[in-house]
Amino acid sequence: MSTSMGGKPRPVLIRGAAPYGEQAQDLLLAGGVIAAVGAQAATDPRAADAETVDGAGFVVLPGLVDLHTHLREPGREDAETVETGSRAAALGGYTAVFAMPNTDPTADTAGVVEQVYRMGREVGLVDVHPIGAVTVGRKGERLAELAAMAYSAARVRVFSDDGDCVSDPLLMRRALEYVKAFDGVIAQHAQEPRLTQGAQMHEGIVSARLGMAGWPAVAEEAIIARDCLLTDHVGSRLHVCHLSAAGSVDVVAAAKKRGTTVTAEVTPHHLLLTDERAVGYDPVFKVNPPLRTASDIGALRQALADGVIDIVATDHAPHASQDKETEWDNASPGMLGLQTALSVVIETMVRPGLLDWRGVARVMSEAPARIGGLADQGRPLAVGEPASLVLIDPQALWTVDPDALASLSRNTPYAGMQLPGRVVATYLRGRSTVSAAALVGG
Amino acid sequence: MTLAMQPRERAVPESGQTTAGSVRAAAPQLPEVRMPRHLLSAADLDRPTAEHVLSTAQRIEQAMAGREVRKLPTLRGRTVVNLFYEDSTRTRISFELAAKRLSADVINFSAKGSSVSKGESLKDTAWTLQAMGADAVVCRHSSSGAPQQLSAWVDGHVINAGDGTHEHPTQALLDAYTLRRHLGSLDGRRIVVVGDVLHSRVARSNVLLLSTLGAEVTLVAPPTLLPVGVTSWPAAVSYDLDSALVGADAVMMLRVQRERMSGAFFPTEREYSRSYGLDSRRRELIAEHGIVLHPGPMNRGMEITPQVADGAGSVIVEQVANGVTVRMAVLYLLLSGEMDNTATATDSAGGLA
Repeated sequence: MSTSMGGKPRPVLIRGAAPYGEQAQDLLLAGGVIAAVGAQAATDPRAADAETVDGAGFVVLPGLVDLHTHLREPGREDAETVETGSRAAALGGYTAVFAMPNTDPTADTAGVVEQVYRMGREVGLVDVHPIGAVTVGRKGERLAELAAMAYSAARVRVFSDDGDCVSDPLLMRRALEYVKAFDGVIAQHAQEPRLTQGAQMHEGIVSARLGMAGWPAVAEEAIIARDCLLTDHVGSRLHVCHLSAAGSVDVVAAAKKRGTTVTAEVTPHHLLLTDERAVGYDPVFKVNPPLRTASDIGALRQALADGVIDIVATDHAPHASQDKETEWDNASPGMLGLQTALSVVIETMVRPGLLDWRGVARVMSEAPARIGGLADQGRPLAVGEPASLVLIDPQALWTVDPDALASLSRNTPYAGMQLPGRVVATYLRGRSTVSAAALVGG
Repeated sequence: MTLAMQPRERAVPESGQTTAGSVRAAAPQLPEVRMPRHLLSAADLDRPTAEHVLSTAQRIEQAMAGREVRKLPTLRGRTVVNLFYEDSTRTRISFELAAKRLSADVINFSAKGSSVSKGESLKDTAWTLQAMGADAVVCRHSSSGAPQQLSAWVDGHVINAGDGTHEHPTQALLDAYTLRRHLGSLDGRRIVVVGDVLHSRVARSNVLLLSTLGAEVTLVAPPTLLPVGVTSWPAAVSYDLDSALVGADAVMMLRVQRERMSGAFFPTEREYSRSYGLDSRRRELIAEHGIVLHPGPMNRGMEITPQVADGAGSVIVEQVANGVTVRMAVLYLLLSGEMDNTATATDSAGGLA
């Protein structure tokens, strides 16, 4: 067990920081909660022996929650581990992450999800919540023991075959129905497999020029439409992973309008990068679903601002260098995201005026916590609430250096890019995990 | 270095810009020629450069004509590696012959029977070739973009000899060379390319190069065998072969791979052949001076009938011969830039052995 887990943390007095980027004030963190806010913070008796942090110019948000992370453990500890992924998460301002089940062995039993959950607690930098596989081995053939995972110590509520689509409509219907028993949600990787056989990148002008098999947007839109209708029919809860196309936005908007209980996520890379990045054939830009066009990006940003898309999730997908430094067709899809997500959201949403800091808190903390069924994350910055929060320097500019990232892998698509906003400090239930933009004790 | 592949007094027809007898002497007179470091895409060649490659090929052909020893000393001491990850006897042999006729040392490195079949990565293979001092790497690969990736990992010049469903620039150059021999300038010439455009690297390179050279390219295929983004290409698109062929200056038939059948791109071979095959009746629709091309290997009876393949105006066999000449020009132009300091003595002594 790491040192960060032991003992009671010393109280922290954050001076002059701006909750939600609004009125600057003091916050006192003590006993794992926000003990006092405003003028009372500094005069509170517990402030006497508190560590004081100068928060002038900084924004305070509730700790970020990532509904879509790949930690690779067990199975690919050469690409990422629960520990290295937790470090990246804390440095990125996260206090909770949901770990996708495409590990080896697959997280499709109570045993594996409890193992991941326990590893997360031992590292203690962020709350690690395992996502359970929908089907055994993520093969799309028969349901995994979903209830066993739900009632395990890991208390799984989110189920996904991410990386693969639950494409069989009957199996998807059964999964949606079954998880109602424990208020679970199916997080669907929407990809019609027959329409995407051998697909390498977005199907369009660039794929035609580069001679690569196309991944048509309709393969995503068609599955989302089907699943929304199934969700209506059985009265369950659907979450759409990494929505990438303008057409998908329309499908989700129409479903929400008629009352479908569907939520949707977008990744930072789909908010910033286009399929033009594939020119040059550098597989660091290979991702699934693929990078699409500028008009898709415009629609995704607007949908996130309007609430049609509920959350930003990273789809943090570390890959060992040998799985990326290879022919594009052979390369594994996926990108790092935990340490760059907030900056990309600032760049693409906050700076253009599409989202204020309340909005960032909503899409990166509150809504993902609610979708994932977490009672103690994504809470308001108010007295008595858990002291899980992030301190952000919104004016900072930094240049992404793959070697400086905490992840074991280096596959960031933002290498050399200058991005705004820096995580100065992260607190998990009052305990400092990141201080002065560096891991505490790390 | 003086290439000295032909007598100085010999005029160079068609090149227009030069009557100088050596390639070397011609280069400084064409400041607009920008030979790229690697030949990865037909888009790497702007019009002056593409024309320079073709006129260089022409001078090589003239220099080789009637020689007893069909060899030039130009690339003596240079190493050309044919790195073939995909079976392609004709392209490999063509490059091998081109390099050998320029006196280069040639190494054939095929995916079969090498460390590649033991799982060595492209990058490690590239470093191996780099360590062995390959001056040029001719790369054929089933993955689109592999030669471009390779070019980042080796110091030598990389020539794309066909990558996945992307490009095959030397095929386009030999097609353009063949077309110019029969049609003269390609300005305004109507060239119809027929078949599996979606999966064809030959089509992609030809659309780029032929349009660069001023030709009007029309692509004809069933809609299932055209890429979604084809509307952005510098070419017209038609689903009707008969109307596209009327008065065309040339028709280029693409090979239809048998495995496309399983992908349900068209219902039957017979229906494909009926709609998009070139038979004697359709052959009569093109201009009287018109010619028929095919990159090979042909499916006789599928996309082209034997009567047309072997008939008047078919230049299919000539394409093969021109392939060697054009590849000699490409190797020469890519490798000659850095030879100027070192090869003078050899060449003045060796000349045309």
